[in-house]
Amino acid sequence: MDIEVIKPGLATSVQDAGRPGYYNIGIPLSGALDQYALRAANLLVGNDAGAAALEATLLGPELVFREPAIIAVTGAEATPKVNGEARLLNESFAVRVDDRLTFDFMKVGARIYIAVAGGIDVPPILGSRSTYALGALGGFSGRKLAAGDLLPVGKTRSSGRAGRALAGDLVPTYPKSLELRVLTGLYFHRLTEEAARTFFEDTWTVAPEADRIGYRYRKGRALAFRERKQPFGAGSDPSNIVDAGYPYGSIQVPGGLEPIILHRDAVSGGGYAMIGTVISADMHRIAQMQPNNLARFVQVNMDAALKARAEYKSRIARMSSSLL
Amino acid sequence: MSGIRYSFGGDEHIFVEIDEEMSLEAFFKGMAICSDLEKRRIAGVSEICPSNASYLVRFDPDVIYPDKMLRTLQDIEAQIGDADLELPTRIVEIPVLYNDPWTRETLMRFRERHQDPKSTDIEYAARINGYRSIDEFVAAHSGAPWFVSMVGFVAGLPFLFQMVERAKQIEVPKYLRPRTDTPKLTVGHGGCFGCIYSVRGAGGYQMFGITPAPIYDPAQKLPYLKDFMAFFRPGDIVKWKPISREEYDRDVKAVEAGTFDLTIKPVNFSLKAFHKDPGGYSRSLVEVLHGH
Repeated sequence: MDIEVIKPGLATSVQDAGRPGYYNIGIPLSGALDQYALRAANLLVGNDAGAAALEATLLGPELVFREPAIIAVTGAEATPKVNGEARLLNESFAVRVDDRLTFDFMKVGARIYIAVAGGIDVPPILGSRSTYALGALGGFSGRKLAAGDLLPVGKTRSSGRAGRALAGDLVPTYPKSLELRVLTGLYFHRLTEEAARTFFEDTWTVAPEADRIGYRYRKGRALAFRERKQPFGAGSDPSNIVDAGYPYGSIQVPGGLEPIILHRDAVSGGGYAMIGTVISADMHRIAQMQPNNLARFVQVNMDAALKARAEYKSRIARMSSSLL
Repeated sequence: MSGIRYSFGGDEHIFVEIDEEMSLEAFFKGMAICSDLEKRRIAGVSEICPSNASYLVRFDPDVIYPDKMLRTLQDIEAQIGDADLELPTRIVEIPVLYNDPWTRETLMRFRERHQDPKSTDIEYAARINGYRSIDEFVAAHSGAPWFVSMVGFVAGLPFLFQMVERAKQIEVPKYLRPRTDTPKLTVGHGGCFGCIYSVRGAGGYQMFGITPAPIYDPAQKLPYLKDFMAFFRPGDIVKWKPISREEYDRDVKAVEAGTFDLTIKPVNFSLKAFHKDPGGYSRSLVEVLHGH
């Protein structure tokens, strides 16, 4: 059972729930940046929530199915079309042999997830089928998809069927301007008082350099770090520290200019001071931001972060129970 | 060392800064705490990452509450205290072709991003560290062994810290602006840290040479990569071995044939013994490599 890639889109790769446990040697978590949309797509076709699916960024792929399949598309608003006929997002549908799947442009949101009943059956590496392109690891030949690739599909043990839809209140919306909640800490104390304030006051714009490694933001005021005699081993810029591990979601500001939020293909460490971390419940929302979308950072405490996490988890639990 | 600083990185991480500045003591303490934490196999802990003078832990706050995670780490710190730190580890010899044609070609392409466009990286590093010649610099760089004090940035990339007194540490700034290209297996240096670029890509460290020995390979073709696709672990000890172009070419052929191997020996490192006689202790470590 194969799917042929006719056009790969801009950056389409195989991703699943991720590959934890190897960050200490620089192999990041990887996996779908929008785990909410990945779960939805998988559950709609009867897969395990964390099964391997396709993640396409900004421009969807063109695929031809060599076998009949049940598929579902979630995430960004990009109408899927089978042989030119529109299908619904967030609802499973059947494709027949030689059917051609294409997509309209992504109107809002930045990533779609295409799940196939049975899952994309590339070999698991270190417990995951996710692609980590920087390390040429996992996924399809360790890279994003290219024209001519033939994607194997797993044997369907599941009860995949067409016409399964995500409940309306579980369909996410992707505003072009949103608030990202941040727990400050790490090296936040290295910012000047003014920078510690303007970081939260300003509206930031997603830069074109926004990918699976990290999201870069610009157009806020520059952020100054307190002058000091740099500690032994740290670089010479005041935004430098002795190279350290970077949390997922941590925010660094090289040279004080443009904040970067690290995502699931993060570089695991380096010498830039991190000023805080986006809370876990907001990481999947970053994944749907297009370049030029706007963000404001909102300071929260641990209690608020845990409450948001619990709300996210209860939405996910509701998704599972409503689709099983 | 000033006090150890704990900080939450969002709701899933704790970042622990042993010290603001780099030192063997800070690295050792972080390693000791991380090894202890690893042994406890605490449910909910998914990543334990020692790094230079700090460490990072990732946990699931639905399984272990953040405050409890924090207390656990503080307990381990208190238990370890200032005990004589010993580290069972391994020493490995890594061949290096210093001043090689590939890093030289690359550095010439990015000269306008360098502090001193008229020198090569190794000439510049030798001069600002007070060495009269490249040979003298290479002798210092490949003399005393180095600790792998962190693995990361990208898959399998070791950061290295040389086992010498601070006055003898090689220090160089990073490039003014990072390069967009670095040859795979470049031996580099930035701040007080050495590194080996495990994959080709962007980089800001000064480039001194290249090793023929692959250190990251998802296909795991070489004998020393059979256990795992990334060779280095924090705590490994590295001894550079300067090689000639002929030896380099021979090694590359062996890599291609799948027969290339590294000299690796188990060793027990004692921080106390090292401090008593850094030079003598380093030499005794290197002797372990050659079977004495």
